[in-house]
Amino acid sequence: MIEVRKLVKRFGHKTVLKKLDFDAQQGEFVALLGPNGAGKTTFLRILATLSRPSLGLVKIAGFQLPGQASAVRSRLGVVSHLPLLYGDLTAEENLRFFGQLYNVEHLKTRVDTVLDLVGLSNRRRDMVRTFSRGMQQRLAIGRAIIHDPDVLLLDEPHTGLDQDACEMLDKVLLQVSARGHTLVMTSHDLARAAGLASRFDILTRGRIQASVQSDALAEDGLLAFYRQTLEQSTTEAAV
Amino acid sequence: MKPRKGSFVRSMLAIIWKDLAAELRSRELVSAMLVFALLVIFIFNFALELDAQARATVTAGVLWVTFTFAGTIGLNRSMAVEKDRGCLDGLLLAPVDRSAIYFGKMLSNLAFMLMMAVIILPVYSLFYNVNLFNPALVLVIFLGSLGYVTVGTLLSSMAVQARTRDILLPILLFPVVLPLVVAAVKASTVVLAGQPLGDALAYLNLMIVYDVIFIAVAFMVFDFVVEE
Repeated sequence: MIEVRKLVKRFGHKTVLKKLDFDAQQGEFVALLGPNGAGKTTFLRILATLSRPSLGLVKIAGFQLPGQASAVRSRLGVVSHLPLLYGDLTAEENLRFFGQLYNVEHLKTRVDTVLDLVGLSNRRRDMVRTFSRGMQQRLAIGRAIIHDPDVLLLDEPHTGLDQDACEMLDKVLLQVSARGHTLVMTSHDLARAAGLASRFDILTRGRIQASVQSDALAEDGLLAFYRQTLEQSTTEAAV
Repeated sequence: MKPRKGSFVRSMLAIIWKDLAAELRSRELVSAMLVFALLVIFIFNFALELDAQARATVTAGVLWVTFTFAGTIGLNRSMAVEKDRGCLDGLLLAPVDRSAIYFGKMLSNLAFMLMMAVIILPVYSLFYNVNLFNPALVLVIFLGSLGYVTVGTLLSSMAVQARTRDILLPILLFPVVLPLVVAAVKASTVVLAGQPLGDALAYLNLMIVYDVIFIAVAFMVFDFVVEE
């Protein structure tokens, strides 16, 4: 579903992504972990077509970026730590607006279905600015899946959420994942990522340094794997 | 669900509807423009203690200074709303032609400019004792506002990426719209003096050419302006 080869991203003289390789299969839930400044958000913005790669191959659902960005966009949903929603529109109006941009068929039925899925049917006519952060984030997921995308990209979706809101969000993400969508999520919260993803990739110094399937890890093994990978990366850089 | 590309007109209309619906509830943008415009009218009214004839000669200039300054507030606010909650990314993620996003924003900005004009013109008429309810003046205001929002929407989508966006927009915008504002002031002066519209034809032509050129430029470059 996602194929990335030797991806390079430069901002002026600074190279953020250094020949990064990445793959994600249909239905996979990949957690992209790494320290601040590793390039996680930059990588996700390239996948989301919001930023152009400097070099390298990026293919999503068989379409290459940046040339076929429009075809890719219709197959992508994006959730970030910002809600990407309009506070002065209701939940229903926000979904209807984005549904129109995605040219969704039977939009009214689809809006009802999505509002049910994210548990906001009873607040459908309320302004988004009156929503708690957790509710806004659930609606943001609704916005991202309104067109039933093949791939869902999540950039630290738990940022700023309290414990209850995080649990509610996890429930929605697992429901979305169970429907066969491919999910790629960046996170700093290892414990939360461990409970969600089927694969963990550690991104540091502009490359995927290590990758492991969740079933290959012992219970509480993700933290040890993460630390070991970072130490290895630091040692390699020193050499 | 089969992936589909959003249609140009449908997407553009959706953006206009969204901007108008949000503004109808918050009234942030038009009210800020209006209050500012009315303050400019008051300040000019007391600053220019001129005789009736001299006052008549500066009316058009004061009118366009008011539109230009108040319009900048509207343009800044209109794009800031998109940027602050990440909504601009939300729009750019949609599989629509990016010029549909530009035209949607541009036409809603034009609607806000014209709404402001409809409200301040009677106040102006009262203070400056001139008949501003003139179809020729409506044409001049429409052409001037169209050119202003055409350039303003493009430049505000550039300026909004910067930390100093509030200062940056007027610095970028005013030099570019200068020929348009000069033509609008000259054409308005002719119309307000009661002369035939034909006398302002050169200025009207200049405004039309300006509008067409900058609509074409914006159509071609908007994609690159919003690209990271």
